Amino acid sequence: MDMQTSFRTRLIAEGILFPTGVDGLFGRNGTFEAVYDGLEHAITNFGRGSGAEVMRFPPAMAQTTFEKSGYMKNFPHFAGTVHCFCGDDRAHHALMGQMERGEDWMGKQEPADIVLTPAACYAVYPIVAKRGVLADAGHLVDVASYCFRHEPSLEPTRMQLFRMREYVRIGTPAQVLAFREEWMERGQAFATSLELPFEVDVANDPFFGRAGKLMADSQRMQNLKFELLIPVNDGAGPTACLSFNYHMSYFGDTWDMRTPDGNAAQTACVAFGMERLVLALLRHHGFDLDQWPAGVRETLALR
Amino acid sequence: MEQQIRDILAEVGGLVVPVGQVKLDQDLFAAGLTSFATVTVMLALEEAFDLEFPDRLMTRATFGSIATLLAAVTELKGDRVAA
Repeated sequence: MDMQTSFRTRLIAEGILFPTGVDGLFGRNGTFEAVYDGLEHAITNFGRGSGAEVMRFPPAMAQTTFEKSGYMKNFPHFAGTVHCFCGDDRAHHALMGQMERGEDWMGKQEPADIVLTPAACYAVYPIVAKRGVLADAGHLVDVASYCFRHEPSLEPTRMQLFRMREYVRIGTPAQVLAFREEWMERGQAFATSLELPFEVDVANDPFFGRAGKLMADSQRMQNLKFELLIPVNDGAGPTACLSFNYHMSYFGDTWDMRTPDGNAAQTACVAFGMERLVLALLRHHGFDLDQWPAGVRETLALR
Repeated sequence: MEQQIRDILAEVGGLVVPVGQVKLDQDLFAAGLTSFATVTVMLALEEAFDLEFPDRLMTRATFGSIATLLAAVTELKGDRVAA
């Protein structure tokens, strides 16, 4: 058994994670959620005074919004769509028979016009765009959502359904770049206050297919994405727990968000992988929260 | 070959300047080529010249100018003939 499996095994043995039979899909116990709640509190504190508009979303978005976002161009392999039974009594009877005989019954499901959210900030842009031209100061949103990515894995740090908290800046290039600069500093102060070892490095998203390599190279060459990485899984590279993303005018063009000068708005976001941060804390400070360093407990307002 | 590349850039490159005015070694990204359009250009080149870009050429640098595209296509066509 390698060490990676071992951390997972210990989490399950200690009753911190409840396996569901599907890789990357877990329930969590009170210890895990206490740390999670502490992180939400700490992230709010680190963003305090910024005047961010709070938006919270269910783990899904409208299919039309998802389609317009362009997600399928780059990440078709991660997307999950919601389908339902929409038939009559006769179809229901047939369905029961298929299930009883162990036949395929999923093929008869029909689209529910709902797609699982791949990243929290995707829900924000159409709402802000609908309000019309941005104010001179641009806009800042504090958003959170469950997110889905179909990438089954044994690493507990790679869950298929996970919670993402983000601060999203929308405005001029200068406003957006200043925001990312500031949060790259703040993110490191955040990790330091949690007494976690980390490094910050340029990164790329896992774009799909052959063309994905070109997209990834482009993203790196332009320094569009940075990650704050924390070692969590032994015997594996460190895990990205925060990311600092600059989208240029991609979402501004897609949703026709405009700054007062008439240009397409630019966007940037800092994203916190909540489960990954909880796991990093459990990894480095142990499973007994009472034994955690006083400073960490204070940052997380534990007790 | 250069004219074919220029035609493809004009059609799918989304440049903000007329492709006829773009010099051989001029920065295509500065001329308005986006990452997303780069992928479309790549697919169009593969179709037009009946070739496949290998991983090592799937870089931003390959698509940086008409000259670098010309060099890549020339090399890949040559590879194919040699094979």
